[in-house]
Amino acid sequence: MSQSDTVDISAQGWSNNIWLKRLFTLAQFVFVLLLTFLGLLAITFFIGRVIPIDPVLAIVGDRATQELYDATRQEMGLDQPLVVQFFSYVFDVFRGDLGNSASTGRLVIEDLKRVFPATLEMATIGIIIGVLLGVPMGVLSAANEGKWVDQVFRVLGLVGYSVPAFWLGLVGLALFYGHLGWVAGPGRIGIFYEGIVTPVTGLILVDSLLQGEWEIFYDAIHHLVLPASILGFFSLAYIARMTRSFMLDQLSQEFVTTARVKGVPEYKVIWKHAFLPIRVPLITVIGLSYAGLLEGSVMIETVFSWPGIGNYLTVALLNADMNAVLGATLVIGAVFIFINKISDVLYRVLDPRSR
Amino acid sequence: MSNMTEWLLSDSPTSKGQAFAGRAWRMWLSLLGNPLAITGLIIVVVLVLMAAFAPLIAPYSPIGQDLQNRLLPPSWQHWMGTDELGRDIFSRVVYGSRLTLMIVLLVAAISAPLGLVIGAISGYFGGWVDKVMMGITDIFLSMPKLIMALAFVAALGPGIENAIIAIAITAWPAYARIARAETLTFRNAEFIDAIKLQGASPARIIINHVLPLCTSSMIVRVTLDMAGIILTAAGLGFLGLGAQPPLPEWGAMISRGRAFILDQWWVATMPGFAIIVVSLGFCFLGDGLRDILDPKNEGKS
Repeated sequence: MSQSDTVDISAQGWSNNIWLKRLFTLAQFVFVLLLTFLGLLAITFFIGRVIPIDPVLAIVGDRATQELYDATRQEMGLDQPLVVQFFSYVFDVFRGDLGNSASTGRLVIEDLKRVFPATLEMATIGIIIGVLLGVPMGVLSAANEGKWVDQVFRVLGLVGYSVPAFWLGLVGLALFYGHLGWVAGPGRIGIFYEGIVTPVTGLILVDSLLQGEWEIFYDAIHHLVLPASILGFFSLAYIARMTRSFMLDQLSQEFVTTARVKGVPEYKVIWKHAFLPIRVPLITVIGLSYAGLLEGSVMIETVFSWPGIGNYLTVALLNADMNAVLGATLVIGAVFIFINKISDVLYRVLDPRSR
Repeated sequence: MSNMTEWLLSDSPTSKGQAFAGRAWRMWLSLLGNPLAITGLIIVVVLVLMAAFAPLIAPYSPIGQDLQNRLLPPSWQHWMGTDELGRDIFSRVVYGSRLTLMIVLLVAAISAPLGLVIGAISGYFGGWVDKVMMGITDIFLSMPKLIMALAFVAALGPGIENAIIAIAITAWPAYARIARAETLTFRNAEFIDAIKLQGASPARIIINHVLPLCTSSMIVRVTLDMAGIILTAAGLGFLGLGAQPPLPEWGAMISRGRAFILDQWWVATMPGFAIIVVSLGFCFLGDGLRDILDPKNEGKS
């Protein structure tokens, strides 16, 4: 490193050096992300170690001797100051040690690895449904502002904000499985097909395709379509509303009027002139609703007995299995935060105006 | 009567009371011009009346069992049918409105003032106080709300009081953000400087002069959030972590009906309709209030 290099950079200035600026953005992003993760850890630590009246008693039971009590307390590190306890907790988490699950008897981290792909699969299909339907709905609403199409979609969107996910799941199950028989019932796959496909990715659709098991693939879709559609409905409501408001913003711009005056066909005005500029904010919206779906899957998975992380969490809750509850909370929280921040930073990277 | 409206709409009110009454009257008028907001208002008023007069409205006891009449479909005797213990579902839904209203009000009463104070302090003082407080707020804001509420209830133990606390813990950061943004807009205003020069303490300025100006946007936000609070509370009830049996909480009722969903659909379905109607009501009302109270949107409509 010669001195002239440094001089060169400072002569160009911060605003001119795009790479330095990007590096700075990246560093800032990583810093905020780490800080937020630390905050998440502080919350789960607080929930696990501070709120319970006596975590030792919960393990040894109230008939334990004083010696056993003290030994356990020491073993758990509860005689240390809170700060020390917190850092040893953070250290454990980064090593992947989330403790043992009291209900399954296995390591929580192993359980989570096993159940997470199921949630990922459902949320991904859900967001695909939400985007494929929600974006055109939003564009259509904006193009027909105030007309009946817009009104119908608006009410549908508001319903999306007011319906309990678990209720919609139950009603969907009663209607499409119970009465119409169009879809398969609760669970991820029929009982006859269980254990035939060896998990490679953990995503049953991918695994069955890879191994050429068409029947299983079909059965898995049969099980997946209803919960994923219901999950997708909730992202659809949000995506359609945001698309509509972005589009209305664009359609009121002067360049759109110019295009119309020039005689550009209306479909071209809408899809080319108005829609293309909103791709970037839409990506952020889709990212945010994808994160929301991971959270929303807790209720849907419980209703559909879907063996994902949400179902794991609620089962652990009912068994008061705190290690599993906190482990699942931590994983869902971390993924949620990560997707949120990524879509946030993606917006800044992709939008040419922010460079 | 015309004298009355003249007095209300006067451009030069002679007293503080008249100005206030006039403003309220104008809001009422613009609320009347918004059919969705009126629908929302009617739903909320009906909810309050239902909660207040539950014993008069409900034809049966909400917890009295009648095993001979269990799982009856909806009929003239039982408008929404009966559940697995022969209890009238309509009566339970009516009494359940009390729990819903209580949850919503308590969550708002805990989280809104908390967020308001944190946001106002953060915005008023600025500097490192602002950085630290908003950093914490942002961390809470980026957590998944439902999961956090679940984890808190898991630690506190199931029950309606703990569910309320857990939801309130996850609800305050949004209010802190709003209060801070509002505070920042008039932090350097002349009237604040004038009060400062008169020797008012920061606490006095925040409580008497900053907070009142934040309330209208807070009311809008809280009303819009009500639907989410109701859904979260119902979700906790559904998972068995909120209100405990035999309390007629709507989410818990749906959970009981889960076992009969294929044959006795009404047990789980009916309380769900109540949740949807009430949530929609708060959504509509919040949307309408935003148009009226939020000065930033005034130009648009």
